[in-house]
Amino acid sequence: MTISNQHKICAKRVSVYYGAKKAIDDVSLNFDQRYVTALIGPSGCGKSTFLRTLNRMNDTVPSARIEGDITLDGEDIYDPSMDVVQLRARVGMVFQKPNPFPKSIFENVAYGPRIHGLAANKTQLAEIVERSLRRAGLWDEVKDRLSDSGTALSGGQQQRLCIARAIAVDPEVILMDEPCSALDPIATAKIEELIHELNGRYAIVIVTHNMQQAARVSQRTAFFHLGTLVEYGATSDIFTNPRQERTKDYITGRYG
Amino acid sequence: MSETLVAQLPVGPAEPAERAPTDWRTQSMQRRIRQRYAAERRFRLLGMAAVVLSAGFLAVLLVTMVYNGASGFLRTEIALPVDFANAGLTVDPARLKGPGADLALAGAGVENATKTAAIAAFGPQGSDLLSDGAWLSVRAAIKRDPAIMRGRSIVWVPASDAIDIAAKRTGSPENEAIVAHFKQRNAIATGFNWPFLTASDSNDSTRAGIWGAFKGSLFTMIVTLLIAFPIGVLSALYLEEYAPRNRWTDLIEVSINNLAAVPSIIFGLLGLAVFLGTFGLPRSAPIVGGLTLALMTMPVIVIAGRNAIKGVPPSIRDAALGIGASPIQVVFHHVLPLALPGILTGTIIGMARALGETAPLLMIGMRAFISAPPAGLSDPSTVLPVQIFLWSDQIDRGFVEKTSAAIIVLLVFLLAMNGIAIYLRNKFETRW
Repeated sequence: MTISNQHKICAKRVSVYYGAKKAIDDVSLNFDQRYVTALIGPSGCGKSTFLRTLNRMNDTVPSARIEGDITLDGEDIYDPSMDVVQLRARVGMVFQKPNPFPKSIFENVAYGPRIHGLAANKTQLAEIVERSLRRAGLWDEVKDRLSDSGTALSGGQQQRLCIARAIAVDPEVILMDEPCSALDPIATAKIEELIHELNGRYAIVIVTHNMQQAARVSQRTAFFHLGTLVEYGATSDIFTNPRQERTKDYITGRYG
Repeated sequence: MSETLVAQLPVGPAEPAERAPTDWRTQSMQRRIRQRYAAERRFRLLGMAAVVLSAGFLAVLLVTMVYNGASGFLRTEIALPVDFANAGLTVDPARLKGPGADLALAGAGVENATKTAAIAAFGPQGSDLLSDGAWLSVRAAIKRDPAIMRGRSIVWVPASDAIDIAAKRTGSPENEAIVAHFKQRNAIATGFNWPFLTASDSNDSTRAGIWGAFKGSLFTMIVTLLIAFPIGVLSALYLEEYAPRNRWTDLIEVSINNLAAVPSIIFGLLGLAVFLGTFGLPRSAPIVGGLTLALMTMPVIVIAGRNAIKGVPPSIRDAALGIGASPIQVVFHHVLPLALPGILTGTIIGMARALGETAPLLMIGMRAFISAPPAGLSDPSTVLPVQIFLWSDQIDRGFVEKTSAAIIVLLVFLLAMNGIAIYLRNKFETRW
């Protein structure tokens, strides 16, 4: 069990290299269970790279190398004994571009529980699918066409389907990499509402370019610039009373 | 810091003197437009001409082949009156039932009786009008109904090569006259040549059939597919999904690309040296042919497979990895199903090439004269293209149409094979 005052994810002195290039420089950052944390910063500042170190998705980039420690509930996730497959089930991810599988809506959500053996039979699997789609706020829109292709949905629906797919495996943390950047404002509003509803059940880390969005959905905000963590604190503090000059310039729209 | 960022206002060099607005209606502009349209039209016409030309070539090829080959599927039969009662056949009617019948009749002098009957009916040269295999029809007639052995009966037997051609096309004047004579008496008929589809190679064109070569091709293709497809797909998957990018994998990639371009006869030499020489596998056998053609087909499948796998969007891989699919689950649940249509296209191309291949099979002895269809993968056999090659070499006129007919059979085989593959591909493709 998690000790209540322990951080869910602890990143200590993390640096990431792509070949010789340093993408993240000495970042230490903690994420807690009941919070939505927003990572903001200009393009290329390393916030997505940092996000992808939290579930070891950077492992798929052959040239990537990481230094420092990241722990999930006190366990080092880069320890050789850590099973990456289980880690990614515990730390789910939603990507920038909606990427449903070219399978049916039901199959999209059922895939994760199935490969991890979370359902003992078909009834249970159907329950998990329904619960996940409900939590993702998609159930009412798709309940009559679960066997249709997931790729036939609209962009916003696809993204909510991806969120349903992520929460179907009962993750503890959900990482969201600019989940709304490919969506229109109405679909974005729905996703933001969904993040509010998921808040509390999961630790959520969201990368966003949209500062209003960060202000709306998160309780904590980290500002990245040029691969370093400039400032981290309560969202209200960052946006109303930044301590660093660079943060102030960014959130007031001077650059980025 | 903020000062430097704010100072980036557009303060470029002074604008050049104002240019007059472009007049789009001048003569030269109009000419440009006309030229653009003309170029478009020209290009479209050229494309159309290319398509028409290739379709024309294909049509000429098909029409010629059907024209020459259609008669190969037909054969002429002559009504031969046989006086069984006085033919001196020495056979015990009791032995005509059961598996010993062929042997009993072969020893009973049916062949001689058939010749005698022909001479009696058509004159001293009578037996030349009949195919060498005519007695087989007589034997079959006796087996069907042993009762005919007690009297006179009329048996339809295949005509000789020369008569067959005179009946179906144009033969020598003498033979034409004979055919006309028979026709008057309704003693000659042309029908579908079933033995062509059920018999194997023969020296006598009226008895030669395609079945042996067809079966040989079928066995060879099965071996090729069973070996080349899994190995090719697994290699493609490993190279694309697992192999590190280094000098060794580069070397392997270059080698595979080169292998796909190696002349096929070299693969024949390889098969001869390795499969026959080193491993001592049987000569002329479909298993060796299949192995040799598999070597040739594999690089094509690997190249097509790698391209198809590369075409699977990385976002699908990310999605699967992101919910905790293991690498092998990513490959078999997501990448392979999406890449399968492309892999199958490559397989169709490779298999079609293998089916039409002659040269490497000559090297491993599949050009032998084989008069019985292969019963298994290690029986001596030939294949359709080699059979066509062998028949096209024959002097006998009857083999000309047999050659064309065999080409038609080969094309039908090819179309059927591709049809199945395309059906499978579309099935996977249209799933979503």
